[in-house]
Amino acid sequence: MFKKILIANRGEIACRVIKTARKMGIATVAVHSDADRHALHVRMADEAVRIGPPPANQSYIVIDRIMEAIRATGAEAVHPGYGFLSENPKFAEALEREGVAFIGPPVRAIEAMGDKITSKKIAQGAGVSTVPGYMGLIADADEAVKISREIGYPVMIKASAGGGGKGMRIAWTDEEAREGFQSSKNEAASSFGDDRIFIEKFVTQPRHIEIQVLADTHGNAVYLGERECSIQRRNQKVVEEAPSPFLDEATRAAMGEQAVALAQAVGYASAGTVEFIVDGDRNFYFLEMNTRLQVEHPVTELITGIDLVEQMIRVAAGERLPVSQADVTLTGWAIENRLYAEDPYRNFLPSIGRLTRYRPPAERAAGPLLSNGSWHGDAEAGETAIRNDTGVFEGGEISMFYDPMIAKLCTWAPTREAAIEAMRGALDAFEVEGIGHNLPFLSAVMDHPKFVAGEMTTAFIAEEWPEGFAGVDLAEAELRRIAAAAAAMNRVAEIRRTRISGRMGNHERRVGTDWVVNVGGTELALTIAARPGAASVTFADGETTEVTGDWRPGEPLARLTVGGRPLTLKVDKATGGFRLRTRGADLRVHVYSPRQAELAALMPVKLPPDTSKVLLCPMPGLLVKMNVEAGQEVQEGQALCTVEAMKMENILRAERQAVVARVNAAPGDSLAVDEVILEFE
Amino acid sequence: MTDVLQELEERRAAARAGGGARRVEAQHGKGKLTARERIELLLDEDSFEEFDMFVRHRATDFGMAEDRPAGDGVVTGWGTVNGRMVYVFSQDFTVFGGSLSETHAQKICKIMDMAMQNGAPVIGLNDSGGARIQEGVASLAGYAEVFQRNIMASGVVPQISVIMGPCAGGAVYSPAMTDFIFMVRDTSYMFVTGPDVVKTVTNEVVTAEELGGATTHTRRSSVADGAFENDVEALIEVRRLVDLLPASNRQPAPVRPFFDDVDRIEPSLDTLIPDNANTPYDMKELILKVADEADFYEIQADFAKNIVTGFIRLEGQTVGVVANQPMVLAGCLDIDSSRKAARFVRFCDAFEIPILTLVDVPGFLPGTGQEYGGVIKHGAKLLFAYGEATVPKVTVITRKAYGGAYDVMASKHLRGDFNYAWPTAEIAVMGAKGATEILYRSELGDPEKIAARTRDYEDRFANPFVAAERGFIDEVIQPRSTRRRVCRAFASLRGKKLQNPWKKHDNIPL
Repeated sequence: MFKKILIANRGEIACRVIKTARKMGIATVAVHSDADRHALHVRMADEAVRIGPPPANQSYIVIDRIMEAIRATGAEAVHPGYGFLSENPKFAEALEREGVAFIGPPVRAIEAMGDKITSKKIAQGAGVSTVPGYMGLIADADEAVKISREIGYPVMIKASAGGGGKGMRIAWTDEEAREGFQSSKNEAASSFGDDRIFIEKFVTQPRHIEIQVLADTHGNAVYLGERECSIQRRNQKVVEEAPSPFLDEATRAAMGEQAVALAQAVGYASAGTVEFIVDGDRNFYFLEMNTRLQVEHPVTELITGIDLVEQMIRVAAGERLPVSQADVTLTGWAIENRLYAEDPYRNFLPSIGRLTRYRPPAERAAGPLLSNGSWHGDAEAGETAIRNDTGVFEGGEISMFYDPMIAKLCTWAPTREAAIEAMRGALDAFEVEGIGHNLPFLSAVMDHPKFVAGEMTTAFIAEEWPEGFAGVDLAEAELRRIAAAAAAMNRVAEIRRTRISGRMGNHERRVGTDWVVNVGGTELALTIAARPGAASVTFADGETTEVTGDWRPGEPLARLTVGGRPLTLKVDKATGGFRLRTRGADLRVHVYSPRQAELAALMPVKLPPDTSKVLLCPMPGLLVKMNVEAGQEVQEGQALCTVEAMKMENILRAERQAVVARVNAAPGDSLAVDEVILEFE
Repeated sequence: MTDVLQELEERRAAARAGGGARRVEAQHGKGKLTARERIELLLDEDSFEEFDMFVRHRATDFGMAEDRPAGDGVVTGWGTVNGRMVYVFSQDFTVFGGSLSETHAQKICKIMDMAMQNGAPVIGLNDSGGARIQEGVASLAGYAEVFQRNIMASGVVPQISVIMGPCAGGAVYSPAMTDFIFMVRDTSYMFVTGPDVVKTVTNEVVTAEELGGATTHTRRSSVADGAFENDVEALIEVRRLVDLLPASNRQPAPVRPFFDDVDRIEPSLDTLIPDNANTPYDMKELILKVADEADFYEIQADFAKNIVTGFIRLEGQTVGVVANQPMVLAGCLDIDSSRKAARFVRFCDAFEIPILTLVDVPGFLPGTGQEYGGVIKHGAKLLFAYGEATVPKVTVITRKAYGGAYDVMASKHLRGDFNYAWPTAEIAVMGAKGATEILYRSELGDPEKIAARTRDYEDRFANPFVAAERGFIDEVIQPRSTRRRVCRAFASLRGKKLQNPWKKHDNIPL
């Protein structure tokens, strides 16, 4: 076995590999760019080597720099993680030349699977189901119909040179195929000057389901079940799970056997993933093979109990697989949610900056990984598992140079339902402040009926949030639970206020029992009766809810039991109440005495200011240039000013034609987010 | 007998009705509460004890003899905020537009006198059209009586003004002399002369909101210390402030049970200071992570943002915080920030509230704008305020402490009790680049030489140890343990006694 390995990566995956290496007693070497000098993977590794300036193309993907680090540290093997150099055959070759083991597949396999067309041909040869289609020249509409019939409807008729939906038609009948062929051809000719057309099977209700394979250098290969990765946003996976709620045993076995056949056809050895697209009738078609560890590998580990990184290292060291296909069992259900530093309320714009608070939920060990002794970390054991693969820490900086994914939160439970519920709780307890992030969106997905029912396709996010994400509206029952919790927390806070020193003896304030709670606009009158550690809240209609838990003022997270079920709230103080966040909802909550509520009802409702006539600063930064002046007419798209944030110059442009009424900032001014820079007439 | 009791209730009911249902409705229609409703929100439930409910004006001119409502347009008395006594007056816009008459003023003066005598804050809820014109000079005399008491009470009991409607002309000078002014957005304004007079005299066209609204006074003029969305929120926040303030200069600031760990370690503070010395960071993160329960009551949040002022609690005890804010103008001192912080420091000192100073200051802002504006004297205000303050003073230098600004920011030399520095601190006359350009002017043409000189200077001065060697810094502390160190420092200073020499009063450079 190797004594020392180098991890040619950063972030959570580098940390992930270090954990397994440490468990195996292998020393680790981290590499880092200047931006990552203080990164978590650097802190965790036994040694760290600087490999260049922040941009990846000057550091993490420069083969020579990695080779220098290997030589300098004497690492015997390299784990490439995912991305960067993980599927670069030149890197694998360079390692081979120096006699350093590559913890990944043979160069030949990387090359074979690296090309879309070659890989499809190899797959066909290995008996793997591929999307049926006709690549040759199609003479006329009659031939198009003939080919379409052979493929089977529906079919997609596409311009070879096409893109962006231009020259693309979907046909469900002969007639549509005939028409589609003609119009695609015309459109292709006029748009691209190239009227070549091809026809392929149109996959309806497509799901992205992939098979994890593991092979050794002795000709053994197994498949470790599938992962469903249909929930994607612009081809970026967001939520994954294993197994898939959609596959039956027969389909799973068929897909698995084909995946193994493909792996063996290319002489694969290591962990790899064969991606399929699966239609509504469980027909599956090969998409591509990823010759590396996948981001979402933890869900497979959680249901199989196999540490994939460990196996990759062992295979690279020439060991045999410890399991045969018959030994592989899938136990329970695992779900992964990817935490991205992207602001869901601003169309998932990447958000960078300092993590002023980063407190993931406590990890908890359960399931096959625990029983196999493969769980790393010292999490307490429980009924359900929580695993958080992360590469960041509180006080760390999210930089603009790398992938915005900051953590992979996984849960495991015996059933899918329980795994989802565990995930809901874990998301509610995950504290991230200082940057925009997608936690609220993930909560929304976990509560979405289609997700809960397991009915999702790759179009799930685009179809369910066509206008983007604007937060979650909770059901009345949930609002009541939150109101009860707020009343109980407010009572604790108010009682503390009355314990201040300097009171007039015998004339103390008594905290009342009747309150009116306004939860994000819904007003609920209630009465609270408290005993130590618990409160009983009775609503105006007589319904009573018990609140238990030990929240104390100032605690940012309240873990309560309300109405017999857990309720985890992120708590911020706000005038006359709280800002509470749970289940993807972000609620302004007022807790008023009945008299306060009566008077508050007289207060005018202030509409949020009309922002269509102003230019707001999109991020905190420095105004470096102002291009316009008051009275000037500007055209749509015209540069108005430049704001420098995190050394990046952001040019703010006019959204529409307008006349500048007022300029509120001058170059050199520091601007806060949403500060008004310009007003238009 | 019962008739007399009945009559009392009737008289009370008449007084409580203020200007009558129609005017109350109009007041509500403007998004404003009545004088009595405001008092209900300000004070603990059922704690209000009213004075002078039956006071009536004595004017006779202009038909006033026929219209003598009980209370005369202001409700006064005392009550409690979380069990602690406060005095309050609340002007009633529904009675003569809340205008100030001789008797109206007498009511206010009475509770101010009692507040000073009994040692409790005065909270004024202002909503007044101005002087009672029908009374002429008697009304002006009334203002002056109030002014005189504001002056006498200053530094004796905390005085808080909440502007909840118009406040114009002479009326502005009473709030102006109180410790804090808060405004309600969209329904309050303050100015010496209104838009009509402005138009006549200077030909400027300006709205009341632009001239003296909450935005103007919190962002531009700094007359107001904060602004709130509506009457309800404003009064809730005033209660929060009262909880932080001592009742008078004869009593210590209140202590409240706290739910936070005195020894709380914050590893993330170790990375608060960016690698690049010119990259800003948010000083408020440090304030929030040092404070009990991350609770910070900011004063003048929207003005001179290059310095942050406000109250936190440490171990339940009120502490005033003054902190340079590197996010704005690199945290430099200038006219506005010096004035803002000086006034805050003097308030804390007057009421025996300890001061925590967090320093990252590259110096004073240069330029003709500053010099012509008198930055010398304005900067001196902050220096003076810190130097005369006898309250416990704990200072933490996080990064830059350059030049005269180092001296100003509660340095050891100004009787700082605990002067801590983070390892990232740089205490020097100026930044390395500037220093070498002066010291090695002859080598300016040789960038390599200058770079080497700059490095030398950095090695020598870009650290806290030169100052620590001289004892100007008591201890270099780990950022992560700042809360614990600061809490222990203040704890050790609870018995601090320090007296300035007797003088009639000082002559701060106003």
